[in-house]
Amino acid sequence: MLELKDIYWNTPEGEAIVKGISLSVPEGKLTVITGPNGGGKTSLSKLIAGIYRPNGGQMLLDGQDITEWDITKRAQNGIAYAFQQPVRFKGLTVRDLLELSAEETIAADKLCSMLGTVGLCAQDYMDRTMDSSLSGGESKRIEIATVLCRKNAEIMVFDEPEAGIDLWSFSNLINAFERLKTESGRTLIIISHQERIMAIADYIAVVADGKLKSFGSREEILPQLLAGDRSSMCPVKTVEKEGC
Amino acid sequence: MDSVTKDLLGLISDMKEGSEGAFNIRENGSCAGVKSTKHIRIEPKPNASGIVIRISGDTKHETVFIPACVTRSGINDLAYNDFIVEDGADVIIVAGCGVHSNGKEETRHSGLHHFQIGKGAKVLYKEKHIGTGDGTGAKKIDPVTDIVMEEDSYMEMDTMQIRGVTETTRSTTAVLKAGAKLIIRERLLTDDEEKAYSDFSVTLDGEDSGVDLISRSVAKGNSYQEYKSVIKGNCRCTGHSECDAILSGNGIVNAAPALYAGHIDASLIHEAAIGKIAGEQIIKLCTLGLTEEEAEQKIIEGFLK
Repeated sequence: MLELKDIYWNTPEGEAIVKGISLSVPEGKLTVITGPNGGGKTSLSKLIAGIYRPNGGQMLLDGQDITEWDITKRAQNGIAYAFQQPVRFKGLTVRDLLELSAEETIAADKLCSMLGTVGLCAQDYMDRTMDSSLSGGESKRIEIATVLCRKNAEIMVFDEPEAGIDLWSFSNLINAFERLKTESGRTLIIISHQERIMAIADYIAVVADGKLKSFGSREEILPQLLAGDRSSMCPVKTVEKEGC
Repeated sequence: MDSVTKDLLGLISDMKEGSEGAFNIRENGSCAGVKSTKHIRIEPKPNASGIVIRISGDTKHETVFIPACVTRSGINDLAYNDFIVEDGADVIIVAGCGVHSNGKEETRHSGLHHFQIGKGAKVLYKEKHIGTGDGTGAKKIDPVTDIVMEEDSYMEMDTMQIRGVTETTRSTTAVLKAGAKLIIRERLLTDDEEKAYSDFSVTLDGEDSGVDLISRSVAKGNSYQEYKSVIKGNCRCTGHSECDAILSGNGIVNAAPALYAGHIDASLIHEAAIGKIAGEQIIKLCTLGLTEEEAEQKIIEGFLK
């Protein structure tokens, strides 16, 4: 289980972004972290992945203090992270990146299955370079695939996986998250404003102004969100369509 | 052929004993083996050190190996090689040079290659350079490539400097006639105190000729690289050049690409990017479980692939 204890994080300029968040992330469940823009959700997810180091507080993984662990050590110990803005590489292909992620050579049929999960046709994409020739939606889906194919990932963190993805692929993605949730037993943390993603969550945490405003089961929190301030929620929207 | 030469041959040309096809192996300035085939004739060059390679128009997908190795320090090897590719030929030329030195003296190979590529001929030219040995003397490789491409001919140059070359000056000039296409891919890695100078000059003289020149380099340690390219479009033609470089450590890259459009229908493009590896690229690969050092290595490998 991942436990955050009174976590603080300031920008290098000193602005307080995360202000004492404590959260026990339920193991083997899907937890959505939602809240208004600028509230600290992405910063919190980067703290979990080790990309940011907290200015205060403690982070425990299965009771072990991982607060000082770097990104690599966290990844090697089962924390996987999908960026909101995918990173581009000149020279590395989609296959290269997925094989690095899976830590093995991937057969064509398996590659097809991995990319199919995120709505891309492997034949069209596996030898494509991960550079600016890919659209935002394409690279976003490949970014998600790099996390889905990590074998040792016990905790998967997705930062706004819906951003830039078309309606058809988004439905596929929802199905993939549901399958992961029910079949893999992995812990999923999804940063999202999407009502449809919240609808498949087991738990919802609302983060605003750097603080945990509420946390509970979907049945408990979602009706409150729907009944109250919906400014942090988005309907599904069509952005772009790629793949086959 | 000594064992060092055999090792170098594997690194620069993938050539193994018993490889099929024509070949000429140059070792320390002398011929260590030569074989011609029905379609590819290799002869000594009269009045100069080097060879003449005549590739007949009947050649289809054949490979000719012409590696050069210098394995003793203090040697300054100079070879003049002429490639005469007849109209309609289709050939793969695997060149490459390895310089090995365990001594204090400067060791050098200069290959001056002249290509005459006939009408409709197709050439794939592959060249790898490497320096090995723990000698303190400089290991230098200075290739000069001069290309004349006749109508509708096609040439692809795939050149790579793998490692260990103390200093290199690489000069390539090409003149293209109507419909000729030239593709150049240069990949260059320098480290420590190494220096590399690349100079390309491509003249598009024939209607609908075209060149695509992409140079990718990594400058590590205290190494220094200088890149110059000039594409001259004298008619309706297309030219594209791209130089991308990654800096690591105290590496320095000085790039000066130039375009000259001497005709209203000359369409020329240049792209350039120099910088260190983006921090976010390292972070992404670290989230996949790689260390920062492994991530940097992977990014460089991919970039130079």
